[in-house]
Amino acid sequence: MFLDCGGKPECLEKKPTHVRGEHANSTHNRSQPGSEPGEPLPEMLQLPLVVTVQVDLVLVLISSLAFLTRLSCLSYPNAVVFDEVYYGQFVSLYMKRIFFIDDSGPPLGHIILALGAYLGGFDGNFVWNRIGAEYPMGMNVWSLRLLPALCGALCVPLGYLLALELKFSHVSALGAAVLLLLENSLIVQSRFLLLESVLIFFVLLALLSYLRFQNSTSSSWSRYGWLLLCGVSCAAAVGVKYMGLVSYLLLLGVASVDTWNVIGDRAASHLSVCVQCFCRFMCLLVVPALLYIFWFYIHLSVLNHSGPHDQLMSSAFQASLKGGLSRITKGQPLEVAFGSQVTLRSSASHPVPCWLHSHKANYPVRYENGRGSSHQQQVTCYPFKDVNNWWIIKDPNRQDLVVDTPPKPVHHGDVIQLVHGMTSRFLNSHDVAAPMSPHAQEVSGYIDFNVSMPAQNLWRVDITNREAKSEVWKTIVSDVRLVHVNTSAVLKLSGVSLPEWGFRQLEVVAEKAFKVHSSSLGWTVEEHRYGTSQEQKDREVELHSPTHIDVDRKISFWAKFVELQWKMLTLKQEESEHKYSSSPVEWITMKTNIAYWLHTSTNAQIHLIGNLVSWGVAHLSMLAYQLLAVIYLLRRRRGFKDISDGAWEQFVRLGCVCVGSWLVNFVPFLLMEKTIFLYHYLPALCYLHLLTPTLLEHVHTHLLSSPTHRRLLHVCVIGVLLYVFLCFWTFCPLTYGTPELSASQLQRLKWRDSWDILYRRQ
Amino acid sequence: MDKADCPSQNKTKDFSTLRNRKICASKAQQSSFSLVSKHKNVQPAEMLKDGTQLPSPPGHEPRNKTLLILVVVLSFSTRFYKLAEPPHVCWDETHFGKMGSYYINRTFFFDVHPPLGKMLIGFAGFMTGYDGTFPFIKPGDKYEEHNYLGMRGFCAALGSCLPIFAYLIVLELSQAQSAALITASLLIFDTGCITISQYILLDPILMFFIMAAVLSMIKFNQQRYRPFTAPWWMWLVLCGANLSGAVGVKFVGLFIIVLVGLNTISDLWVLLGDLNLSLVDLLKHFLARVAGLILLPLFLYVTIFAVHFVVLNKSGPGDGFFSSAFQSRLIGNNLHNVSMPESESRTPVLVRHGDIIRLEHKETTRNLHAHRQEAPLTKKHFQVTGYGINGTGDSNDLWRVEVCGGQRGDLVKVLRSKVRFLHKATGCVLYSSGKTLPKWGWEQVEVTCSPYLKESPSSQWNIEDHFHPELPNISLSVLKPNFLEILLESHIVMIKGNSGLKPKDNEMNSKPWHWPINYQGLRFSGVNETEYRVYLLGNPVVWWINLASLGLYVIMVAVASIAIKRGLPLNQSRLEHSRLLKRGGGLLLLGWLLHYLPFHAMGRVLYYHHYFPAMLFSSMLTGVTLDIVLKNSDLLLHSIYSDRLKVGGWLLLQLSILYSFYLFHPLSYGMTGPLAHEPGSAMAGLKWMDSWDF
Repeated sequence: MFLDCGGKPECLEKKPTHVRGEHANSTHNRSQPGSEPGEPLPEMLQLPLVVTVQVDLVLVLISSLAFLTRLSCLSYPNAVVFDEVYYGQFVSLYMKRIFFIDDSGPPLGHIILALGAYLGGFDGNFVWNRIGAEYPMGMNVWSLRLLPALCGALCVPLGYLLALELKFSHVSALGAAVLLLLENSLIVQSRFLLLESVLIFFVLLALLSYLRFQNSTSSSWSRYGWLLLCGVSCAAAVGVKYMGLVSYLLLLGVASVDTWNVIGDRAASHLSVCVQCFCRFMCLLVVPALLYIFWFYIHLSVLNHSGPHDQLMSSAFQASLKGGLSRITKGQPLEVAFGSQVTLRSSASHPVPCWLHSHKANYPVRYENGRGSSHQQQVTCYPFKDVNNWWIIKDPNRQDLVVDTPPKPVHHGDVIQLVHGMTSRFLNSHDVAAPMSPHAQEVSGYIDFNVSMPAQNLWRVDITNREAKSEVWKTIVSDVRLVHVNTSAVLKLSGVSLPEWGFRQLEVVAEKAFKVHSSSLGWTVEEHRYGTSQEQKDREVELHSPTHIDVDRKISFWAKFVELQWKMLTLKQEESEHKYSSSPVEWITMKTNIAYWLHTSTNAQIHLIGNLVSWGVAHLSMLAYQLLAVIYLLRRRRGFKDISDGAWEQFVRLGCVCVGSWLVNFVPFLLMEKTIFLYHYLPALCYLHLLTPTLLEHVHTHLLSSPTHRRLLHVCVIGVLLYVFLCFWTFCPLTYGTPELSASQLQRLKWRDSWDILYRRQ
Repeated sequence: MDKADCPSQNKTKDFSTLRNRKICASKAQQSSFSLVSKHKNVQPAEMLKDGTQLPSPPGHEPRNKTLLILVVVLSFSTRFYKLAEPPHVCWDETHFGKMGSYYINRTFFFDVHPPLGKMLIGFAGFMTGYDGTFPFIKPGDKYEEHNYLGMRGFCAALGSCLPIFAYLIVLELSQAQSAALITASLLIFDTGCITISQYILLDPILMFFIMAAVLSMIKFNQQRYRPFTAPWWMWLVLCGANLSGAVGVKFVGLFIIVLVGLNTISDLWVLLGDLNLSLVDLLKHFLARVAGLILLPLFLYVTIFAVHFVVLNKSGPGDGFFSSAFQSRLIGNNLHNVSMPESESRTPVLVRHGDIIRLEHKETTRNLHAHRQEAPLTKKHFQVTGYGINGTGDSNDLWRVEVCGGQRGDLVKVLRSKVRFLHKATGCVLYSSGKTLPKWGWEQVEVTCSPYLKESPSSQWNIEDHFHPELPNISLSVLKPNFLEILLESHIVMIKGNSGLKPKDNEMNSKPWHWPINYQGLRFSGVNETEYRVYLLGNPVVWWINLASLGLYVIMVAVASIAIKRGLPLNQSRLEHSRLLKRGGGLLLLGWLLHYLPFHAMGRVLYYHHYFPAMLFSSMLTGVTLDIVLKNSDLLLHSIYSDRLKVGGWLLLQLSILYSFYLFHPLSYGMTGPLAHEPGSAMAGLKWMDSWDF
């Protein structure tokens, strides 16, 4: 394995010679030596079968080198590397088809990673708990890492083709490909179970196919194939990471400018303009939107088992998953009736999902701050399943607590009483300040202390998501507000924890401010059965026993999609710090690195460190482009045309694609408050590597006139390329994790003081 | 937290109070007010600052003047009607009135907004005989004999200028009386604009400067064919002055700076393309704008702060927000003109960068201690506790002192050194997470030991109080910061204060999407049936017309652009209209976007009244749009009828605005009696949306 690795970079060493001897044009290679064209062929049947194939050998070479650098010894190290620990757990859940929520991005990225694992026969039985943990013998690490690595390798030829589509020469295209090829950070990021390379691949593919579409002059319908491909890859890019959205928006911007020019084409008929606009609209807006939803469809159809994140979802959602809640709720009666025994879950999953609860303990007569309470039984919200979560719905006009035959369902607007199953106290509220939120009313289980505090235990049922006017209260589906009849306050989860006397359960209050649309006011019936026992003793037994009958309850895919997407966008994770997190400004100078992996016993290690030379050159060329653009703009405005209009157009397009993409992929991070890492910068960096050679070509053709200057530029370029290669070669051990370096060698690799390189004490 | 900050009174031994460099809001001390005041007659003085007299549009026939006078009269009369009602503190008057008083009393305070608005309020109060003695404790407090009308009148006068400015702006942009009149009546009869102008608030002042800046910008644009003449310079300077005024009142003024900046850039771009102009001329144009729109506003803005710091020289409730060095310049602060030993020391050796120390709490004699337990709130950090007693302890009590930016051997100096404390055993750094502990921790701020060693203000501390018998004292006056440092620090504090205004879970908070649809108002005064209620809510008819016009505008521009791009035959007046829509309307739309969109990205708590500057732009856009819609009614009808339709539509529009004002005027001028959802109310049937709360 090590020999393999050693052999690979030697192939790369030939690269600079290639640049020098670049013949620029693709080699025409007639693979089938057919008959000469001049020869007369009188009869049709005598026509020979001719296949003319053009192969761009440079492209082939570049691609094979890319595959070599990205794919060789992929299964080394045979241990969890950096964020594999994060993505791996989701791959495992995928293999077991267990539902999860990951707020970091849409599901396509996980689907792709899981696909690789599936093809390699991974069964999901691996605990991803720490970086550096060894993979077991039977696990096919190679297949896990294959798809990201393939995407990473394909980025190199894509860069090549993109430069060609921007109408630059093959030399520039080769330069761009070489820079991408020799970028250590891209190699590292491609070789593991990570998503950046997949994102970069789709974004580049989208751009390439759009430019292909735009550049093909023919009005043939085949070019719409490229547009469709563009739409698909946009959807894929957004589906992998939300960051793909900015590239998509940029592409839409470019496309709308082009469309505007199409509209301005007065030679074309109104109809053809309409058709063209419609096609663009379909391919670039409708198709991506549909596909984006389709990713969720796959996600939701594959993950149909309940799992650790169930609790974050609504009861209806949970009930649609196998196991978990659906096991309990399966076969419950649908319509809540007078006499029903129910558990009420708060619709708010903030701070935690919980159920309306009461227990044999009263509010303290005086709180710590000296305020008084009613001293009645506590009513709280409890985040665990418990027998004390059961409530019985009682008709205020009748005494018994059983369901009639036939059951008398509760409708929207009905007035009910709620009886706590285990203690038989009535849910009550009154004008007493709540323990933690004194602006709201206290909610209690009513105890008559004979202190002229009458029971106020009537509640009106207000179904907020009703479709008909007098809809029946349904289990799981209906979102209900309980409005206190005497005070018109609404039962609400305040989200505050009670102190020790309330067992740190969550406070439940009744609040007047019913205008605020807040999910903390809503409650759903989760577990439900028709009560049959008249006596308290029997009822307790009944409450302790599980419910079961069999009916399937489904919610539509659309409802699930909306809920999941909303949860993913609003799920707030605790702000976390990380040792290797960095600020966007540090990325430009690569001030921080990230240690990805360290061998358990030796100094072999993998770091995310970019190619410092090409990194610097890339940023210089970005500055140079902007400077040049400003000078051109001002001078053109004053009537000096330094370059022809065609060249100017090419220059502008280059700026839109490369500098524009860099900006949209970089600036949002400046505004983010999240913990961000160096690898977030890689998509932006790719465009700069495209910009460097193309800008040099622009300078070469349009700005340098004397042959001496041009020759000087050639020498500089070759020098820089050599230096880039040397830098790549030097950092190879940290990129591939092999060979192991001694402490002094590592010390010498610490080119910047701020880099964190690890030494193992021998 | 007060406890933690207060220096102990015991001054015998060498000890120091550590103070975190982050802001910690100390509880505002109640400054005492003597409740003596003289009743004085109030004259609602018109205070048009900066020499901004109501400019009359040049080169128009006298009929203009009568219309303008009509607008002026209506505008002032609607704003000054019932100005004295209610005679108690309403809503944010409690802040801004109080701050006006601080200026009169020269007491230092802290606010998240720059000082100009409050200064003007204070000045208006001072000129009209208010003596700064009313405490403004909470909304609903009766003014009684205190003279508050001067301050309200000042705000109302500035608020009255808004419709007038809007009228003039639209007149300049569209050259049509009818458009200008639509805008003027939209604003004059908008209950929201009236309400927000009638109280002691920053908003009328802010909007005055914004509109004045837009007006002078447009007048300046109009002068483009006569560069470097006196009126050209006047409008340029006025625009710059108003920009500094807008930013001087609230940071929201930055948006108008962006608008003017973009306009100037496009202006310069046009000039650059004019090949008749020599480079010298271009340079002159450029430098004139730099001077008028950058240097002058900057100078004025700095001057405002200079005045602020010169006037407020007494210690007050705002001290705690600022650094120790800053506080040392306030009369009455315990750091004022005191002296203390300069170097942190432990007899006889001075403490230096890199030294290992142990910190003992003076009161309880416990050592500052950290260990590998997770901190109570920030789980990834280590817990910091007090350990040992009377000098005993363990190795986890040892800390290494480092001066930020210092080298080994540098002395640790009082106040001037920022120091970090690195825990010797675990390598973590003493850190203030900024999170508030629960009740058991008396809601003080959590202190942790962070394993992430990146330099951040949260891990920097300075020594605030320092007593040592054997060291020579230095006077803190050498530490007094210079003006630029003060300016910088006050801005940092303001920006942090602004971003610190996070919405609380329990509060109803207003979302930006609520605003254009007039979803929810703000209660200015009164809650229940017996009280005098004022409710800040825009006239729904006006606001919904604005909303519809925005949509209409976008559609019209799209249609017109496509028609022109496709080369459809259009007559001259249509081309002129579409040019007007794109130029004038585009500017106003940009103004609306700039004053509305940024709020979506803001993390701080937002209120309904933040929309009002955007609403002004929206109303002006409505004037331009609807006027052009009416003028193009011949697209639908034959020209004989279309003229009638034009006049009829215009009248209908004005009448509906007027009638809706008649319906909703109690929102501004006060309501008593039952609430709107009860049948006996004066507002019965007018609660068109459930979310309205009157």
